[in-house]
Amino acid sequence: MSEQPDFSIRIDQNKFLPQGGHEVHAIVTVESAGAPVAATGTGTSAAEVIIIDTSGSMDYPRNKMTSAIKAAQAAVDTLRDGVNFAIVSGSSRATMVYPRAEELIPADAHTRAEAKAALSRLTATGGTAMGAWLTLAGRLFARHPDGIRHAILLTDGKNQHESPEQLDAAVAQAVGRFVCDCRGVGTDWEVAELRKVASALLGSLDMVASPEALEADFRAMTEAAMGKAVADVALRVWTPQYAKLRFVKQVLPSVEDLTGRRADVDERSGDYPLGAWGSESRDYHICVEVPAGEVGREMRAAWVKLMLGDQVVASGNVLAEWTDDEAQSTRINPKVAHYTGQAELAENIQVGLQARKDGDLDTATARLGRAVALAHQSGNEAIASLLGKVVDVDDPATGRVRLRKDVDKADEMSLDTRSTKTVRTRRGEG
Amino acid sequence: MSVQESCPWCGSEVFAGEAFCEACGRSLTEVPAAGHGPSPEAAPAAGACAECGSTAFSEDGYCERCGLLRPGDRDHVETEAGGAAGVTDRGLRHSRNEDAMALAAVGGGVAAVVCDGVSSSPLPQVASQTAADAGLAVLTERLGAGDDPEKATRAALAGAIEAVTALAGSPHDAPACTYVSAYAGPAGVTLGWVGDSRAYWLGREARRRLTTDDSWAAEMVAHGALTEAEARVHPNAHAIVAWLGADAGEVEPHVTTFVPEGPGTLLLCSDGLWNYYPEAADLAAVLPDADPLTAARHLVRLALDAGGRDNITVVVIPLTTQEHAQHE
Repeated sequence: MSEQPDFSIRIDQNKFLPQGGHEVHAIVTVESAGAPVAATGTGTSAAEVIIIDTSGSMDYPRNKMTSAIKAAQAAVDTLRDGVNFAIVSGSSRATMVYPRAEELIPADAHTRAEAKAALSRLTATGGTAMGAWLTLAGRLFARHPDGIRHAILLTDGKNQHESPEQLDAAVAQAVGRFVCDCRGVGTDWEVAELRKVASALLGSLDMVASPEALEADFRAMTEAAMGKAVADVALRVWTPQYAKLRFVKQVLPSVEDLTGRRADVDERSGDYPLGAWGSESRDYHICVEVPAGEVGREMRAAWVKLMLGDQVVASGNVLAEWTDDEAQSTRINPKVAHYTGQAELAENIQVGLQARKDGDLDTATARLGRAVALAHQSGNEAIASLLGKVVDVDDPATGRVRLRKDVDKADEMSLDTRSTKTVRTRRGEG
Repeated sequence: MSVQESCPWCGSEVFAGEAFCEACGRSLTEVPAAGHGPSPEAAPAAGACAECGSTAFSEDGYCERCGLLRPGDRDHVETEAGGAAGVTDRGLRHSRNEDAMALAAVGGGVAAVVCDGVSSSPLPQVASQTAADAGLAVLTERLGAGDDPEKATRAALAGAIEAVTALAGSPHDAPACTYVSAYAGPAGVTLGWVGDSRAYWLGREARRRLTTDDSWAAEMVAHGALTEAEARVHPNAHAIVAWLGADAGEVEPHVTTFVPEGPGTLLLCSDGLWNYYPEAADLAAVLPDADPLTAARHLVRLALDAGGRDNITVVVIPLTTQEHAQHE
């Protein structure tokens, strides 16, 4: 096992509650530093499965298939020596591309060359059944339960050759067995469907509008996976008797509600899986409901620990203290306010785009307008610019907008896909 | 410097003549029952949680069942040394006592330090205790070595600043506190301070405040922008402009010596008392004619009765005519 990175936990909150107050909010920043450099070849053991959609539609236009092949080849080149890997092609069923046998093979100059050659012979035919693809990946990872387990799933279409229940069951089977970054290419795939997969498997979701951009994206994803130093990190949250943990959300780099992922540890603690970590920083928003206490009392509303297996590698306290000083209890922590806004931003975009599809133009205008105002206030330039392709903005400060009539499908999907991407507070505001 | 002894309850170092241990707060005149060895864990408050009755507490003092912070060892502490006495109390509105004090008989007089942790800083209770302990240690050492009281007072302040600064992980994570020290010796009273903890002279004939606050309110009054009364009720009244801590920048400590004109009481206190009795005359009017410990307890009680909104610390140092007459 390689050296662990140094983990730290920081808590941002206003611990003061008014008399009778019982809702505690805090932003938990988890940071890791000093992870070993991936390129040394002696890092943590790692396994990588690349899943390429080879359904018939990948040939229309033909450059989708050729670009996907090039991208997968670039990813193979990025694998460091010794990483166990495989390439899977996905259509109505899942097929091994390389190696032929249903197993992972260690990367070296020879296997990389063979894998790239096998990729170049791929042809597009058949349908789309992502559940079957994930099930094969799960079987491949099963013999490598330790270390980093990462998959890339590329698709260009809807999951048409399986029922939603079949996909859900396959995703549920895969949870905790590997991390999966998902990518949609073209405009015929379903954002909500792929988001469900990426989210459950703790991976990122993105849209690659032009096939040519796939290569750089695949290389970046593989590099990021190679940069991970530890797998299976969990956030353990203790809450006191009679308290209720309202939610645990990842809020940076993207909004992800983890509340339902809890695995109970004991009566008062539960673990929330955070996946694999390299040198990075992520923020979480925790909300706890505690019984109201007397003025002057202080309690620990939550005890947050970062777990690496059974080992606590960092911890922090979320506190509550009751005061009759209104100046203290009414102050809102700027980070809590910021991320509450970012979560609201993501929700408004998703609801607004759905309303637009459903023909409810009033709701769409109101929601997307609110999103414009939130993106503007929080300095989320990337989202603001994507919103500008879907609505005409009259006044960004108040969110007065008009829906655009001729919206490019790719722009709309791109906004939907990236709606959950957040930014950190601008310096000087936090 | 007094002979050092150790507390029979917790083993901490104590000074001869002290009635209570500064570390655990227990009486030094009582002897522990057999089998009760020195153990820092066995604080008097260690017992059941006031809220849920559980006896399991985590290392940092929170109940492992209901999360409530355990009452601290510093909630109410009384100290006596060299004929002076100090009382510090959590008050009624704060969850812990972030004030600290230290008191010792030294060089034919008495030295005392009072510190008030800055609530908005991390670990203010650690900052105040660290500053008080470090300040008193340097003060007694330098005075014992024969240093001039003003020089010793400056050295003590520097020592306290260094100790509190060393607590910080970074300038953004800097524990902070106020500081006021007094050495009442044969030649008079020497004071040193940073922040808004105060010293008063309550003499038979004259009474006055001896310190000026390093506070926003004091600056406004000094510039004539606000009257004393206006400044006191302003929302910024408690904002201090100088403190001990890694984020304090360049601190200019105040050091001054004062020769009492006759017998009286030297009083050191945190704002938990002077908020209710800001003027020297107010304090003189309620100071009982009693021994120092009784007097200090009485003043703390008055602050509690008035609302106890902040932590309260009072050190009472009586100065008699004879002492000074001898040396004049």
